[in-house]
Amino acid sequence: MAQIRVEQLCKRYAVAERQPGAWGAVKGLFHRRQRVVEALKDVSFSLQAGELLGFIGPNGAGKSTTVKILSGILRPTSGLCEIDGLTPWLHRIRHVARIGVVFGQRTQLWWDLPVIESFELLRDIYRVDEAAFRRTKAEMVERLRIERLLDTPLRQLSLGQRMRCEIAAAMLHRPSILFLDEPTIGLDATSKLAVREVVRTLNREEGVTVILTTHDMHDIEALAERVIVIGNGVVLRDSSFEALRAEALGETRLVVEFAGAPSAIDIPGVSTRTREDGAVELAFDARRMPAHALISRIAAEHDVADIHVEEPQIEAVIARFYALHGAAEG
Amino acid sequence: MTAPARPGLAARPYLAALRARFYLTLQYRAAALAGLTTQCWWGVMKILVLAAFYRGAPHQPMSLGQAVGYTWLGQAFLVMLPWNADPDVVEMVRSGAVAYERLRPVDTYAYWYVRALAWMAARVLPRAVPMFLIAAVVLPLTGLGAWSLPPPPDWPAAVLFTISIICAALLSTAMVQLVTGVVVATLSAKGANAIAPALSNILSGGIVPLLLFPAWMRLGLFLQPFAGLVDIPFRIYLGQLAGAGAAAGIGLQLAWTAVLVLVGRGFLAHSLERLQVQGG
Repeated sequence: MAQIRVEQLCKRYAVAERQPGAWGAVKGLFHRRQRVVEALKDVSFSLQAGELLGFIGPNGAGKSTTVKILSGILRPTSGLCEIDGLTPWLHRIRHVARIGVVFGQRTQLWWDLPVIESFELLRDIYRVDEAAFRRTKAEMVERLRIERLLDTPLRQLSLGQRMRCEIAAAMLHRPSILFLDEPTIGLDATSKLAVREVVRTLNREEGVTVILTTHDMHDIEALAERVIVIGNGVVLRDSSFEALRAEALGETRLVVEFAGAPSAIDIPGVSTRTREDGAVELAFDARRMPAHALISRIAAEHDVADIHVEEPQIEAVIARFYALHGAAEG
Repeated sequence: MTAPARPGLAARPYLAALRARFYLTLQYRAAALAGLTTQCWWGVMKILVLAAFYRGAPHQPMSLGQAVGYTWLGQAFLVMLPWNADPDVVEMVRSGAVAYERLRPVDTYAYWYVRALAWMAARVLPRAVPMFLIAAVVLPLTGLGAWSLPPPPDWPAAVLFTISIICAALLSTAMVQLVTGVVVATLSAKGANAIAPALSNILSGGIVPLLLFPAWMRLGLFLQPFAGLVDIPFRIYLGQLAGAGAAAGIGLQLAWTAVLVLVGRGFLAHSLERLQVQGG
């Protein structure tokens, strides 16, 4: 049975609109115009225990809203959500005791307290017994390499150090589900790798279900087998990352550099463009024409110095996917 | 809610939050010292005004000596008035960190209540203790006994005062929680923080002892909730309210606390329900 079941989740906000200018402000005293924002229109999916799901989508697509509903902070306008038999917003207290959440842009540790004291507070707040706390703390301290940070007040830590402590904090009560909302935002390369490493270990070795939202496609590439793309409040795609990549990649590019004078390449289904440096760029659909076939044909027919395949950057791929579905933020 | 395995376990998160906030707030010693100095100065000013008032109208239900004692007590417990919403909560609402508060497996109202109570207690203690020493010990030693804070007239008064001042802290925290509810509802502390002190300062007796108001107002003033913050505990201290009167006063404090906790809890739940956590 699915651990998480989400059906037709919908969330509408009424936003008070201020009309411009002084007269608008006066009118606002008597009558407020309200605009309805549909953050989520229809989001459905289900997740098995132990899965690692990547949630991607442009800013304002509804990723964070979904995470907030799933974690019990927000109540949806309509729809159904069941996590381990509980509805998050109806059984908030029981539900939140079983989940761990990290918001990359916020902190759940006390700013003025040494990290270890924040951990001890969380131990009491989650009613974790002392022996279990010591075990988990030791494990997390080792996995995240935060031994030397424990006695430092949070405000003196770097963002990367802080994020490692945040993840440890979210795991102290041994949640079976971990929500990570942009956990690598603003981190340097080393810290990003460390975060990915520990998320992978928690998921693979300890069977923690992970829901990860991010704008960093390398997070997704490194971690998620399954990806949900969300745009304008609906699920655009729910598939494996490989399938998404293949679909979004669409055309592949081949760059041909000639040994002698450039000659025209005329192959059906392939569009060409001559670059300033004299090389010719070919665009084609790799699903219909395999790259290796094309390469050997060109090599046979022309005097070629070099041929290489140019894969578009994953960022560019996703941006194109958003644009294709009209989901890019206006 | 889940049934706790042990009774102590249910209270554990709240006690931990109370302790942490108390010690964190206690660290602001400079603020306490500055507050103490200001409160001594204002105490002197208020007493001079009272002395002038009593010279013009000497027959009051409270002697000048009692009014002076009342004033010193007021200075000692000044920060116990519900001046503001809990600044921690205001900051969390502003920054969106309030989301994490909803992720804790605790009752949000109770969790914030104990923290506001700890915040208040940790600000009252470092101000009230030295203020007592100055007003009740130093002043008589320097020959200003007539202008000092007298000790309670008897042991029952001292015991009842202790109970009543604790009730006042519980009542005040319930009021702070109401103001916090307004902050959560409006996402701004400005309005609520402007109205709450004005109401509570006058109606509690913080500016003028409630007994010095015109006679026809006194019953109403005794019954309204703000009296329990200042007037009731202080009159018990001075022996002005004893026996059945003191019992009635403490009963009123508890009853108002219960009412305000119920109202505040419902209001906060409603506001939190509507709160859209910003950002992301």
